[in-house]
Amino acid sequence: MHPALSVIIFTSLSGAGYGSLAILAAVKYFDFFTLNPLYGFFSSAISLLIVTVGLISSTTHLGHPRRAWRALSQWRSSWLSREGVFAVLSYLPAGVFCVSFLIPTPFNSIIDIICLLTIAFSLATVFCTAKIYASLKTIRQWNHLLVVPVYLIIGLFDGAIFLVVLLTIIDGLQFFQLNYFIIFLGAVAGLAKILYWWSIDSTQSQSSTSTATGLGSSNKSVSMLDAPTTSETFIMREMGFAIARKHSRRLRLITILTLSIIPIIIIFLMTQPIALVSPLVLGIIAIVFSYFGTIIERWLFFAEAKHVAMLYYGASKV
Amino acid sequence: MTSLPTNQTNKKLGLVIDLDICVGCHACAVNCKEWNAGGHSAPMTDWNTYSGTETKNGEDSGAWGVWFNRVHTFEVGKGQESKTVYFPRSCLHCDEPACVTVCPTGASYKREEDGIVLVNPDTCIGCKLCSWACPYGAREYDETDGVMKKCTLCIDKIYNENLDEIDRIPACVATCPAGARSFGDLGDPNSDVSRLVEDRGGYDLMPELDYRPVNKYLPPREPQINVLDDGQPLSLVSMADNANQTEPSNNSILKWVDTILSR
Ligand code: SF4
Ligand code: SF4
Ligand code: SF4
Repeated sequence: MHPALSVIIFTSLSGAGYGSLAILAAVKYFDFFTLNPLYGFFSSAISLLIVTVGLISSTTHLGHPRRAWRALSQWRSSWLSREGVFAVLSYLPAGVFCVSFLIPTPFNSIIDIICLLTIAFSLATVFCTAKIYASLKTIRQWNHLLVVPVYLIIGLFDGAIFLVVLLTIIDGLQFFQLNYFIIFLGAVAGLAKILYWWSIDSTQSQSSTSTATGLGSSNKSVSMLDAPTTSETFIMREMGFAIARKHSRRLRLITILTLSIIPIIIIFLMTQPIALVSPLVLGIIAIVFSYFGTIIERWLFFAEAKHVAMLYYGASKV
Repeated sequence: MTSLPTNQTNKKLGLVIDLDICVGCHACAVNCKEWNAGGHSAPMTDWNTYSGTETKNGEDSGAWGVWFNRVHTFEVGKGQESKTVYFPRSCLHCDEPACVTVCPTGASYKREEDGIVLVNPDTCIGCKLCSWACPYGAREYDETDGVMKKCTLCIDKIYNENLDEIDRIPACVATCPAGARSFGDLGDPNSDVSRLVEDRGGYDLMPELDYRPVNKYLPPREPQINVLDDGQPLSLVSMADNANQTEPSNNSILKWVDTILSR
């Protein structure tokens, strides 16, 4: 599938934004550590901003961005619509959550409910985003059990790194539990991606040029002799993206390094007393790497996905 | 509403395409474009029509545009046994069309009364998700209009009361010079098209995906006689083999010509 930049930016940014909102709300709800109100306000506000930038980016690939509101109507059947609905709904609790840091209320139970709603809507939005892809039977590499967990884990991972960095900036503080949580998430993300790649490499599609045309049999191969047009059709432009095996292997390695291994090491170093580099510098390096890794991971997610319709256009397998 | 209709009638309008008859002339695809360029989903935009954007290094993406029907060519089998099969492909108006259920806006819908799958160009936001959900590559996006387009089963022709009854069939069916395309109600087991499917072993494309397409394809028939068994004519392959082994002729004039020409 053709990797569209706007969609890659949207899924990675919104994942990170919702991830950090969910973690922040969980920290508050379970009282893992005391949140400095200024920190709570800024980190939730910036998370919402990141989410908003992502959502706006996602509308830029639409043919009619100004009709985007219509996408909220078909939540009964469409994961894309559900994603939109949760994205809009999440602004309510997340907005109240954000402001609640500035205006202390005596009603702790209300804040608790707000926290729970923030967690639920944030995770639900990322879940729906992943489901848009995972529910497509036409693309074997997407219609996979690991797609949804990977979207959620990477979102939480990117979000948590962002929270750690803000913590060192605003609070000048570190809560090592958060660092250990990131290390755990990074390791799970890396392992899940390796398992995913192994799985898509070792399974085969049920569909082939033979089933697509109904012309083949065990002793008769079917192959394309002539395309319907001398130039490329919409289908070929949208779905005909193919990445060389050599390149995909290299990018997989880069993904594991930048998304998982390097950030894990840096986040671990932050917990160690080293005088040379400040935790803030370390944290920023970790953000740069993990976000770069996320972009490459998303790009590959598209580039390695093969649509069955390409069987009509000369693909020998999908 | 992109949920599938709950009280769907038994009527399933669709096409039956006979791969034994199709001669690959592309007339159906051209007449489809012709009719629909002024129909329900009009216009059917083309881009770079004269391939005029050729750059210095010779790159040119070629002329391209929106088509609802495309004729592919496949080779079935290899070598002497191989067969060329022309394969027209358009929307199959599936019974389980994920292209419809994924649509976030309700622009894509399946009609209750006859099962035709359509896009409403006034509400489509151009997210292209439906084209991802269609296994058959039947939907094509119109960059200029910013909306998705697809075969309408010529809805504006088959129900058009301004036309004579005989003309109320899809453009592609009407135009096919070989008679490879039939149109009718595949939900009615006694209709001509259903009988045709029954007689000829009509089948679904990619049945493993469970989209349950309404359109059916009829397989090419097996050859009745094998020309090679008959001894005549020699296949090109054996003619070529024999050509290598032919002795130089003993005819002296030919020999002389050969010597002159070989100098
Ligand atoms: S062929 Fe494709 S576009 Fe047509 S109904 Fe089936 S899934 Fe939808
Ligand atoms: S491109 Fe249009 S018809 Fe297709 S899913 Fe999006 S809104 Fe629906
Ligand atoms: S039924 Fe009409 S719209 Fe569909 S392929 Fe035939 S001519 Fe084109």
